[in-house]
Amino acid sequence: MNQMFSNIFNWVNHRLPIVNTFERHLSKHPVPKKVNFWYLFGALASVVLIIQIVSGIWLIMPYENTEEGAFASVEYIMRDVDYGWVIRYMHTTGASLFFAVVYLHMFRGLLYGSYQKPRELVWIFGCTIYLAMMAEGFLGYVLPYGQMSYWGAQVIISLFGAIPYVGESLELWVRGDYYISGITVSRFFALHVVALPLVLIALVFLHLVALHEVGAGNPEGVDIEAHLDDDGIPLDSVPFFPYKVLNALVGIGVFMTVFAIIMFFFPEGGGYFIEMANFEEANPLVTPEHIAPVWYYAPYYTMLRAIPDPLGGLIVMGSAVAIFFVVPWLDRSNVASIRYKGIYSKIALALFAISFITLGYLGTVGVTEVRKTMSLICTILYFAFFLLMPFYTKFETTKTVPDRL
Amino acid sequence: MQEKDKTRRKVLIGLTSAVGLSGIPFAATPFIAAWNPSAKAKASGASVKVDVSKIRYGQQIQVAWRKQPVFIVRHTEESLSGLAESLPKLADPNSDSIDEPYKNLSPTRSQSNEYSVLTGVCTHLGCSPKYYPEVEPKAWDASWSGGFFCPCHGSMFDLVGRVYKGVPAPTNLIVPPHFFDGDILTIGEDNGVA
Repeated sequence: MNQMFSNIFNWVNHRLPIVNTFERHLSKHPVPKKVNFWYLFGALASVVLIIQIVSGIWLIMPYENTEEGAFASVEYIMRDVDYGWVIRYMHTTGASLFFAVVYLHMFRGLLYGSYQKPRELVWIFGCTIYLAMMAEGFLGYVLPYGQMSYWGAQVIISLFGAIPYVGESLELWVRGDYYISGITVSRFFALHVVALPLVLIALVFLHLVALHEVGAGNPEGVDIEAHLDDDGIPLDSVPFFPYKVLNALVGIGVFMTVFAIIMFFFPEGGGYFIEMANFEEANPLVTPEHIAPVWYYAPYYTMLRAIPDPLGGLIVMGSAVAIFFVVPWLDRSNVASIRYKGIYSKIALALFAISFITLGYLGTVGVTEVRKTMSLICTILYFAFFLLMPFYTKFETTKTVPDRL
Repeated sequence: MQEKDKTRRKVLIGLTSAVGLSGIPFAATPFIAAWNPSAKAKASGASVKVDVSKIRYGQQIQVAWRKQPVFIVRHTEESLSGLAESLPKLADPNSDSIDEPYKNLSPTRSQSNEYSVLTGVCTHLGCSPKYYPEVEPKAWDASWSGGFFCPCHGSMFDLVGRVYKGVPAPTNLIVPPHFFDGDILTIGEDNGVA
């Protein structure tokens, strides 16, 4: 019997590199032996991705991508489909937590210089994933065709209108109609459930392949490749499987608990995860009193609002995301980790984090004169973090990085 | 391989690639064009016709064009001559900041001397302003001389939809393309005037 199984296994393994792949990417893949909880969010992001794909497939089944049917079918999922509410809230909670873990994952990158040589491509694929996620989240938010779906999309699509010359025809082309109609909803549906998920999965694959080529970083910024044992394996490493996998399971357990608490008890997240106006069907004739984006877009929405000129706002908002891509070349420091960087880097990163959170808060509340000034100050701080990085990272005294982890 | 053959191969690769690449725009055309408004969308977004002779003087009616409200106002001679009064309060009396083809035709900003045709969507955040033709003190303006008031954020417009100074709306109400054929107003086409 055993002989038979091993024969079958060998037959397959000669035709499909099972053992090789398992060893290369799991059981023999070396990872730094000392990392902290900041290194968990990548794994959590892949867990949420799977949750989103599975719950998404189940949501497609009862959802109707028409102007008349979209809102009603979401209500039908909530009321008439057995456990439909769990599946929908799983997807909405997943969307918010996806952004939460990705923001923390990105912050880890800034904190420990994960983008530095030789991990520039890993970082760039990651930034592209973030960009694709923003598009995916926006498209998904339009699908229930509630008031905030409609008016949020109205604001975002009219951003295209700010582009000189082609703007207005571009707007019409994106909508495929003179307002955000069933035609718009069904094309957004196709992009949300087929096109962008394919792109996202491909990008995650590239992100991981590139990461496994150069190896994971660590909070000390020590290059573990510098000290190898006789077999060419870094001395300060452990195999990914089982050590890191089992380690991550603890974090995943905690995360899933938080996920379940939100999903079952606070699915609307106080209006931050699902805005209250979206429980009302889209009405092209009535604007909601207060248009605000979901929390994860709020920082950029604040920048858009802070600039009086629509085209200027669009450029600032676009640059705010695009600037992440060039961070590997803005950082001129000779150390990677914040632990060994100088005081300027520490102050800059702290100010950046504060301005990002403040921008996020300002995006979810109404505009007043004071808040407008605050938005401008925080936008300037946000950009200063990046644009001044070549200077403060170069002209500060850094500590010496130890040889071993 | 000989040098001559290498050059020949390069030329052939170049030509083949060029021919192949020239197919890309052709192949892309249907995919891009399929996102244009379909015949059905165009038909339901086509022009609407309204008989305006039934509107009383001073009255406003609302019709829907492309799912957006369009206001039609029939002005009285007094209300038109009264427009001059609110002139100093206006931010852009000649509609210079927007592309408006009819502004020099008539004080009504339309192709008619009697009717105004306005998209009933506030240029601030898209609410629908309300019509208050009376010349009397209002809660929002003690010297109100008639016009439109947006209940959402307090933007004010005069009787022909021109925006007041110091309100959130950035521009005058937009005049949709339109033309008159006797008493029949067509909204959505401009009969070649614009």
